[in-house]
This record gives sequence, C-alpha cells and structure tokens, in this order.
Amino acid sequence: MLIGLTDFADELREIGIPVSMVEVLDAADALRHVDLGDRTAVHAAMAATMVKNARHQDAFDLAFDVFFGLRPPPPSPTTELHGPADGADTAEGSSGGGSPADVSDLFEALVGALATGDQHALSALARRAVDRLSGFQPGRPVGGRYYLYRVMHRLDVDRLRSRLVEGLLAADDELGVDDELTTRLAVDTADRRIGAFRTEVEAEILRRLVQDRGPEAVSQTLRRPLVEDLDLMHATREELAMIADRIAPLARRLASRMSARRRRGQHGRLDVRRTIRRSLAHGGALLDPQWKPRRINKPELVMLCDVSGSMATFARFTMQLTYAIGHQFSNVRAFAFIDGIDEVTRFFAPGEDFEHAMARIAEEAQLIRHDGHSDYGTALECFTTEFFDAVTPSSTVIITGDARNNYRPTGEERLAKIADRARALLWINPEAKRYWDTGDSVMSRYGALCDGVFEVRTLRQLERFVESVALSRVKGLVPIS
Amino acid sequence: MSEWTNPVTIQTALRSAGYLADARTAQVVYLAEQLGKPILAEGPAGVGKTALALAVAEATGRRLVRLQCYEGLDEGKALYEWNYHKQLLRIQTDEGKQWDELEGDIFTEDFLLERPLLAAIRSPEPVVLLIDEVDRVEVETEALLLEVLDAFQVTVPELGTMSARTRPFVVLTSNNSRELSEALKRRCLFLHVGYPSVHRERDILLSRVPELPEEMAKRIAEVVASIRNIPVRKAPSVSESIDWARTLLALAVQHVDGQITADTLHVLLKYQADIDKVSRELSLQTAEE
Repeated sequence: MLIGLTDFADELREIGIPVSMVEVLDAADALRHVDLGDRTAVHAAMAATMVKNARHQDAFDLAFDVFFGLRPPPPSPTTELHGPADGADTAEGSSGGGSPADVSDLFEALVGALATGDQHALSALARRAVDRLSGFQPGRPVGGRYYLYRVMHRLDVDRLRSRLVEGLLAADDELGVDDELTTRLAVDTADRRIGAFRTEVEAEILRRLVQDRGPEAVSQTLRRPLVEDLDLMHATREELAMIADRIAPLARRLASRMSARRRRGQHGRLDVRRTIRRSLAHGGALLDPQWKPRRINKPELVMLCDVSGSMATFARFTMQLTYAIGHQFSNVRAFAFIDGIDEVTRFFAPGEDFEHAMARIAEEAQLIRHDGHSDYGTALECFTTEFFDAVTPSSTVIITGDARNNYRPTGEERLAKIADRARALLWINPEAKRYWDTGDSVMSRYGALCDGVFEVRTLRQLERFVESVALSRVKGLVPIS
Repeated sequence: MSEWTNPVTIQTALRSAGYLADARTAQVVYLAEQLGKPILAEGPAGVGKTALALAVAEATGRRLVRLQCYEGLDEGKALYEWNYHKQLLRIQTDEGKQWDELEGDIFTEDFLLERPLLAAIRSPEPVVLLIDEVDRVEVETEALLLEVLDAFQVTVPELGTMSARTRPFVVLTSNNSRELSEALKRRCLFLHVGYPSVHRERDILLSRVPELPEEMAKRIAEVVASIRNIPVRKAPSVSESIDWARTLLALAVQHVDGQITADTLHVLLKYQADIDKVSRELSLQTAEE
C-alpha cells in the first residue's frame, strides 16, 4: 500500500500538483483510519490530505481513477431488467461492432434509465455500451477520447436528448405547468443526466485502458496541463472559462494587498503638538501618541490592450483582467486598440456584465481606422493626441500585445513620450520570448523604452507579474469600497 | 464525540443537527476527528461551510468559539490582550508599592482579555473552533494561526505557554479570494465544498424548509441549477435558494412558473446585470415597464 502511495504521489507531482512529503505521511496516516475496501473512503482520505487546491481536484480524480480504478463488480440485477443476459454478448462484445438491434435495445434501456435518473442502471448500461459499441481493441494505441466518441456517436446522443426532453415534458404536463421555463429546465435536466452517463462511459473506458496498458502508461497519455499552465494564446473556449474564473480572485487579491498597504501606510510621522496636548488629560504622561496622516498620492493605472484578430484569445483575457481590475479600483482607465484606439473604461463600470461589455465594445468603440490589422504606430499616435491627459506623472501604463506591427511605422517616439511622462511603463507580451523580434514583431524596439517587458503566457506568469512587478510599481490604487 | 467512530454515524448525527453532509464531507469530518487535524473548508460563499462547523457543534453538544477574520485582524483581536485600562487603574490605586510586587500583580490572568483562539485553548471542556473566512487575513497574520493549529498552544510571554487541556475540533473556512500559505494548508485536511447536485439541493431545501412541498423543492433546485449554468457575476448559493423557497412559500405560490420566477429573481441574484442576463437566458416573461 505504502509503495502504491508513493508512486501515486510521484504521479501527482508529474501532473504538477505539489504534494509534500508531510502530506504523503498524512495520507498514510489517514488511510490507517479508513476501510481500505471502501473506495469513496480511500478517495476522500487521499484527497483531503494530498490535494489542497480546488483547481487540482479534477486532475487528482482522474489520476486516482487511473491508479485505483478497479471498481467492485457491478450490482447486476438492473442489467437483467433491460435486455438479454450479459453472457451472450461478451463473446462478440469486445471485438466491437454491435448490431443495429443491439444499439436500439441499448437506446431504449438508456432512455428508461435516464428518465428516472437511476444511477445503478446507468453504470450498468455504460458498461454494456462500452462492451458493444466502442470496438475496444487491446493494445491499440488510441486515447480514451476515440472510444468515447464512438460510443456516444453510435448511441445518437441528439436523438437521446430529444427523447428525454419529451419524456420529462410529458411528466410536467401532468402537473399542469407549461411554459418556456419548463422547457428550459427539461433541457437542462436532460443535459445533466446525459453528462452523467457520459462520465460513466468515460470511466468505464478508462478502466479498460488501464487494465490493458497499466496505470503509468495511461496516466502519461492523459496528462493535461493545469489551468495555471495553459497557454493563453491558444486556449480553447472551455479553458478560457476556467481561466476567467481565476482572474477575479487575482484582481481581488491585488485589491486587498493594496488596501492593506494603504492602511498600514496611514501612520505618518509623530504629531508632537497634538500628542502633547492629548497628554494633558493624563497629567502629562505621553500615553497616546498622535500621528500625522501620511500624504497619499493617487497614481493611476492605464491599460492599453491590443485586441486585434491575431490577439483575439489573449485580448479576451486581457479585457477580462481589465474588467476585474476595474471592479476593484476606481482610478483605472482602459483603452483598446487595433489600428485606432478608444477608451473602453465606461463599458467596464461596476455591475456591467462582461459579455455585454465586450459586445458593446465591438459595436460602439472606434478601434479601427483603416483595415483592421494591428498598427501600433497609429494607435500610439492617436493615443498621444486624443487621450494623452490620461497619462500623468503618477500613472503606471501597462501595454498588452504581441508587438506585431505588420511592418508598419512603429511610432517609437510616441511611446517615448508616454514613457517620459508616466511613472512607469510596462509591457506584457503573450508570446514566448523566443518568438520576439521574429517576423513583424518589434518587441525589443519598444522594449528599450519600457521599464519592463514581461512574457505572460500563462496564469502562473500573470500571477507572478501582479505580485512582484505590478505591486511594487502601481502603489496606491484606490479600491472601490 | 467518542461515539463518532465511523463516517455513517457522523452523517446521521449531522443530519439530526440539520446539516446534510455528503459522503465525502462525512469522511473528512471523521478523519479530522481521528487525526486531530483542522478542516479547511473552501468553496463559494453560501454553500454551508460555516454551517458545517455549527452543525458539528450542535451534534456534539460542544460550545462553538468563533473567530471571524478580516483584513487587519491582529494578535490582540485573535489571541489575547492585556486589559490596559484596568492595569492603569491598578497602578494608580497601588501607588507607593514597589515595582516587583506590582509587576506580579498586573500581569496575571485577572488582567488578561481572552480572545477566541485563547478561549478555545483554555476551555476546560472541548469546543468547536470556527475560524471563518481565513482568506481575509494578511499572510503575516496567518502565521499566528500556525502555532495554535500545530500544537494547540498559545504563548503569553508574561505567563508562559498555555496548552490546550482538551483538543478543539477546528474548522477553517475560505472563500478562496487568495491563495492561503502552503504552511497553513499543509496542517489541514482540505475539503472543497461546491454547489450540491440537484438531488441533494432538493433534500437540503426539504430539511431546511420543512413546509415545502416535495415537487416544488425539486423544481426550485432545478431552476437554481440552471441559473448556475449561466455565467453570472454572483451565482445563487444554497442559502439564497433556501431564501427563495421561503419567499415562494410566503407568497403562497403553487407552481414555480416563468412569471413568478421573474418576479422573485432578485432573491437569488444580487446584481441587476445578472438579473437581466438570467431573465434573457431563461426567456422569462418580465413585467412590461
């Protein structure tokens, strides 16, 4: 058991979940107190001692399934309820195929089980579905996704979904409620249940893969980067949603760090006159020192975000960051540019919905002057002529973009003007450092004028940027309280 | 808590205290009791993290000692403080005494103001210590908790180290607004409390609002689950769905339809933008303006 545990801890570390030695010992300790035959108990014991971050939970669950995936034999009464005995089909089962009659049998059984949401029946059906429809071939080096696709495709998920919705609605009809909300709820319920079935199928496929190839090999193919290590430039829609969830806490953290700093900074120098006057009340003892309030200068944050097509994914992310920061601080001004530039601060007012704000920016903001390809030169020129009052000696300017200028004039002298006036000029580039200055990227020409240029390709890098760089330079932002 | 010998009895005990723990939560509570480790419960606001501590206290009949964290919480508010004014008075009444006598006098337990952490440790009978929203304190203050959570002792320089006479059952909660320090996390059992499944939420509603008809509880749970699927700024929490259930009861609603949902959406959602968005997404009939 202990060897299994250390192997498992190694695997978690490979994935990127930090598991300390103490935590492995804790896990071993916890396991002494649980029934090792009870999978949920073992899972709970290990999860509580080894995973200390909700973001790592999914990765942990997957690894756990791979390593300790052999589930107890199925409770079979439900299997017999829906269709022929299992003995007959195992012979041709794993070789794949599955006759159309088989499929429709399964389909009907599945509709029944989904309508009631019977968990046991669903697990049994998932096993049968994988048996008959996945065409599982031992030793074949394909990932689980391939089999999952085959099973779900052959079961015709869309038809399944509409049948299920019909059934749910019919049940609702008896209760005498019928409106759009009811329909929507039925659709959501159907999706949820089919999702649960899908998870069952996935787990079943995983179990077979592990049986076939062993846990180490399978977990290697399944390893996926953690949210904080996802590439922001090429994130998928789902990944972006996960990233978005992380941005708000980051902005909040920034805000709480700032306000703590401000509060601590409120004590200035000793106010001798007031202290002595106070002391008269205590017979001249200097019990109650009085402090002069410190003068707080209020620097601003100015964000300039490249939102051109090549930056689409990253732009969404920077806008999300700006949106989150805008919710925490009052003196932030945000600008977006492509080959024109416009202020977008007003779209990010507190209470505005992000998607709505993005839609309005796309419609109302004047971001395009000519052809809609990034033109840093023109954007900088417009900025310094139209919005230059946004930059003051107490503002920190952060530019986000890949500095790919489509071989157009760079407008460095404009950037120099900004750098001269601002307290600090920082540049965040979402491209890997090795691509800077290749092709039409003019990063180092701009970089020479900045106080710092940072590669921010992942959330982890962004967190580091916020913690170490931004905090030291962007002091005294005013939190909205 | 000696009878808490397995997760199932814990689940039953918590249920009788009005808290529906899922299997995992019960397991973690069981382990916390067995290993004597604190639980760190993390998750969105209003899913029952604090309620867990309350339920443990109620189920075991222990006293609950609560430390509400906030930015700027310091030793004086969390551990102990000397009763400065009382000491001053004492010095004035004892004028003329030698310093040696006086020092022994004014640094005694009579002049010590107990704050939650010290109170939990010095309590003669075991308590449940709830450290609420621990993510709100600064990293520096977190270190203060370490001594307490590690050895269950507090050092007061003038009086020496006080160790816990009985081991408190500790629950820390966090809304995850910032990453807690590794040192703190390492000492705790981690429990992520997420939104419950539709089925469990229905059960929670039924147990918290007993007058609620079962069919309606199911419906409420479904509506709330659908809303949580829509990306909003502040998704409705379990406590808000309970509020909503109570509202609907108070309004003597028979069936939860689109109209009544639209009219009472403000109970579930706290931002106008969210309300607009959800009404649009669920195509609720909003009243004409």
